[in-house]
Order: sequence, then structure tokens, then C-alpha cells
Amino acid sequence: MRLHSSSVAERGRDLLRLPLKTNRDVVAARQAVARELKARGARPIRVTRFATAVSEIARNTVLHGGGGSFAVFLDPASGYLMVECRDAGEGIADLDRAMTDGYSTGGSMGRGLGGAKRLADRFEIETGPGKGTRVILGARL
Amino acid sequence: MPNNGTAHILTLLEADFAGIVDEWVGAQIEEGVKRSDLFSDAESRAQSTELLKALAKGMRANDNTVEFDFSADAWDDLRAVLADITRERVNRGVTPTEMATFMLALKGPLFDRLRSSLGKDAEALVEQIMLVSRLVDSFAIHTNEVFIAEREQIIDRQREEMMELSTPVVELWDRVLTLPLIGTLDSARAQEVMENLLETILQRQAEVVIVDITGVGTVDTQVAQHLLRAAAAVRLMGAECIISGISPMIAQTMVQLGIDVGSVSTRQNIRAALADALPKVGYNIHRVKDS
Amino acid sequence: MSGVAAINLVENALLVSIQDDVTDTDIIELQDTLSQRIALEENIRGVVLDISALEIVDTFVGRVIAQLAGIARLLDAQTFVVGMRPAVAVTLVELGMYLPESRTALSLTHALAQLKRG
Ligand SMILES: Nc1ncnc2c1ncn2[C@@H]1O[C@H](COP(=O)(O)OP(=O)(O)O)[C@@H](O)[C@H]1O
Ligand SMILES: [Mg+2]
Repeated sequence: MRLHSSSVAERGRDLLRLPLKTNRDVVAARQAVARELKARGARPIRVTRFATAVSEIARNTVLHGGGGSFAVFLDPASGYLMVECRDAGEGIADLDRAMTDGYSTGGSMGRGLGGAKRLADRFEIETGPGKGTRVILGARL
Repeated sequence: MPNNGTAHILTLLEADFAGIVDEWVGAQIEEGVKRSDLFSDAESRAQSTELLKALAKGMRANDNTVEFDFSADAWDDLRAVLADITRERVNRGVTPTEMATFMLALKGPLFDRLRSSLGKDAEALVEQIMLVSRLVDSFAIHTNEVFIAEREQIIDRQREEMMELSTPVVELWDRVLTLPLIGTLDSARAQEVMENLLETILQRQAEVVIVDITGVGTVDTQVAQHLLRAAAAVRLMGAECIISGISPMIAQTMVQLGIDVGSVSTRQNIRAALADALPKVGYNIHRVKDS
Repeated sequence: MSGVAAINLVENALLVSIQDDVTDTDIIELQDTLSQRIALEENIRGVVLDISALEIVDTFVGRVIAQLAGIARLLDAQTFVVGMRPAVAVTLVELGMYLPESRTALSLTHALAQLKRG
């Protein structure tokens, strides 16, 4: 689960970059992703699944990570549509636990991380105490 | 004198291109692989010419200082032409053996020319004959690979079509749907079946859905989970889901597996499920007269 | 509130259409407003949330809907979620959000009919 990252050089130009500071930014992020997927001919079910995963992760960035940024790009190797949410917040100390359905430090559902992993075709997370959090989600096109 | 490279063969090919095409097509007829029933003479000749042109182009671009490698860039065109011709032939019903024999028949005309040009130099002759063999063999192998890939695609397509066929959603009554499941229910199929069912609920504005599992081979934990998830999704959309065809054995399995069926209604057979469903949409079944 | 249309009272039920640009703040506000109206107005027997415009329902929105249903039940009213898209239903199941607290219906009309039947 703690993974390697794709370097900025290899991933090419971002299609889109947005701040993730407020609730409204979370909506803008998931709507942008839905638009990008539809423009590439994705079926409604795939759009909904992936946009939901993005919504979960983007909300975590705002709520748990203290805000950060959001980027959409294409992975040249796989052709996947990729999303990156990153923040410089406190990070996650026990990732295995955070990934478990039902675990939350915020008194909420605790199903966001695990759910996003199941809903996206690719899921990578880099985090650690004091290191901030960076999640990459990928959608097959 | 020629070394290991393809230069000498290229010279021969360029010196008598038309002659080689003639002999090759002739050899195909002799070997009985020129399927005149499937291909006209003109087509056969055009394909053979196209292949030889791509072969010449490959030999011109080939790096003769290294070992022959058919996956090298120099052979891109030839591989593409081979793939095209193979696909064309597969679609018309040519067999893999016929396809390979067609390619291998090229050896004859090339060997003949090597023999007359190198007759006295036994060592060079052997070397060149081996090279031609390797070249032509790798074309035949490539053809076969394309053939297999093409077949797999056809099989995949048919499997998909069958999957759709085997999961029909039937409108049993006004606003009552049934989904008779047959065979095995793996994750991919379960997902597809569920999506199809939900779309139909929306289109038909169906209020009750009967998922009949009489025809499902075995119900293990996985299958049971798929069924319950489908039932949950149906409920979220605002329709009711009844699972019918629960045999005593399946009921036992489900209880033993500790699966909570509390939220889903289950019936022993589709008849009982229908009797349940009709009143929900405002109908009653009653006997018209004694029989 | 931008992501939520006006609340209409029809036959003892409060009807709301949630829009696709609904934010977390909007939905929490909606929960507050609806709870208060059920508590203060007489004879409200149901709340109908039309989510047919929603392309996604994530765990946050799902939780607020569940809570609203819980609150409404304490105040003796039922909550209906209507018009959920197939893609949303599949995704919610994948998230493990089954919304057992709320009732569901295909459409507003279906929900009102069910409310009448009790
Ligand atoms: N970006 C982040 N920064 C810090 N902590 C995070 C971040 N994302 C997730 N977490 C931690 O992981 C837990 C689980 O997240 P999630 O599964 O989305 O559930 P929830 O958001 O409902 O708590 C959170 O409660 C939080 O402790
Ligand atoms: Mg979360």
C-alpha cells in the first residue's frame, strides 16, 4: 500500500490543477473529473464510481489534511486518467488501520479510503506522520 | 562473398522479383494451399507480392552485423503485412496449417536461386540456406501467433455475447421483472448482471424484481454475497427484490455461512415469488371457475 | 443554499430535490432545516429526498441522509430517498452504504403513494 510514486517528469503536463481548501473545491474537483471522463467516452457507471472515489479522497484532503491541491493528468504508460490529491497535513500514522472500513478519527463513516481503493482502477498512497498525504487514483479509459 | 547477412538474398530477390512471386504462387498451388475457393488468383498474387515487397524492405533496413531478430524495428512493416494477411485469411476460414504452409512455400524459390548463385561455395550455400530457413520460419511462427490472438478475440467476443444472452431480464408482468440466473456467478458476471438489472428497473419503472436462482449451480459465500449486494442495490433504487429458487440445501448453506438474509425476502420457487409480487403492484390472482 | 432546491410541502410531506453541485455545508444545512420543520410544523408524516440529479452520493452525503432518516423517525416521520440512479446504487453498495434507515422509491409519485398506504 505504501507505494512508489510516478515522477512529475514522466507524467507529463497536468490537464487540470485546482486548490482543495473548501467544500466547494471538493465539488469542483469531482465535477471536473466527471467531465474529463465523459469527454473520453466513459460509461455512466464508471464516471460515478471514479468521481465518488475522488470525492472521498478530496474531502479527506480538506478535512483531515488541512487543505491541499488537486491535479488531473494522463498516465502515458497505461493511458489511465489519473488524479492526485496532496496535502502537507499531519499525515496518517497507521495506514493499515485507516484503510479499514469503519475506522475514522473524525467520527465519520471511515469508509472513504477503503471505498476509494475499491472504486478506482488504481490506488496509491504516500503518507506518514508529519509527512503530509498524497493519494493517486487512476481510471481505466 | 556473402556473409551471414541478408544482403545476398536481397540481391537475388531484387534481380528476379516477378519470377519469385510466380514460383511462390505456383508452389502454393502445388502444396494445395492456394485456396481458390476462398481467394482469387489475383488476390493471392497481390498478397504474395505485398509480402515480398515488405520482405525486401526489411532486408534493406536490417542490421546485418547482428544476429537476425524478427522483432527488430527493420521488420515492422513485414510483421504488419503478415498480420493483415493472416487476419484477412482467418476471417475467410483459412486454417493455421494452411497459413503456415503458405509461408513455408516461399523457401523453394529462394533455395533454387541460392543453389544456382552459390553452387560452388558449399559453406556459403549452407549458411544462406539456414538463414532463409530461419527468416521464413519466423514469418510462419508470427503468422501463427497472429492467428491465435485473432481466435482469442473471436472467443472473447462470443463469450461476451453469450453472457448477455444468458442473463435476460424478463418483464413478467406490468412493473414486475424477473432475472432467471443460470450457471455460475463469478464477480465479473455478477457485476454485469446487476448493472443490467438496475438499468431495466429504471427503464420499465419496475417495482418488484424476482431474481430466480434455481439454475445456479452452487451457492457459496461469494455467490451469496453477490446476490445480497444486487438485492441491496435494487432496494436503493426503490424497487423490491425477491430471491426465488432457494432450495433447502442452499438455505442451509446460507445459514451455515452466517449470511444475514433478514433484509431480503426469499421464496422457494418463482411461482411463490410471483404470487407475492402481484399484490404488491395491485393485482390479485384468482380462479375463474372450478376445474 | 445553492445545491438544494426549495422545500415544498405536498400532502403532509416535505419534498426536496438535491442538485448535483451540493456541498457538505449545503447538505448539513438541509438536514437542520428539515429536522426543524418536521419538529415544528404539525402533521408532517414524511420527507422525500429526490436525488435523481445526483451523479454521485459519497459516504458523507450518505451519512447525512441516514442521520436525517434517524431524526425524522424520532419525530414520527418517514424519510424516502427517490430516483437514485443505477450507477449511484452500485457505488453505494460498493462503499458498504445500504441506507437501511430510509425507505426508497422509484420516484416522487411512488413515494407519495407509499406514504398514503402507510
Ligand atoms: N489526507 C489525510 N490527512 C490526514 N489523515 C487522513 C487523511 N485522509 C485520511 N486520513 C485518516 O484516515 C482516516 C480514515 O479516512 P476515511 O476512510 O476517509 O474515513 P473518514 O474520512 O470518514 O474518517 C481518517 O479518519 C483520518 O484519520
Ligand atoms: Mg473520508
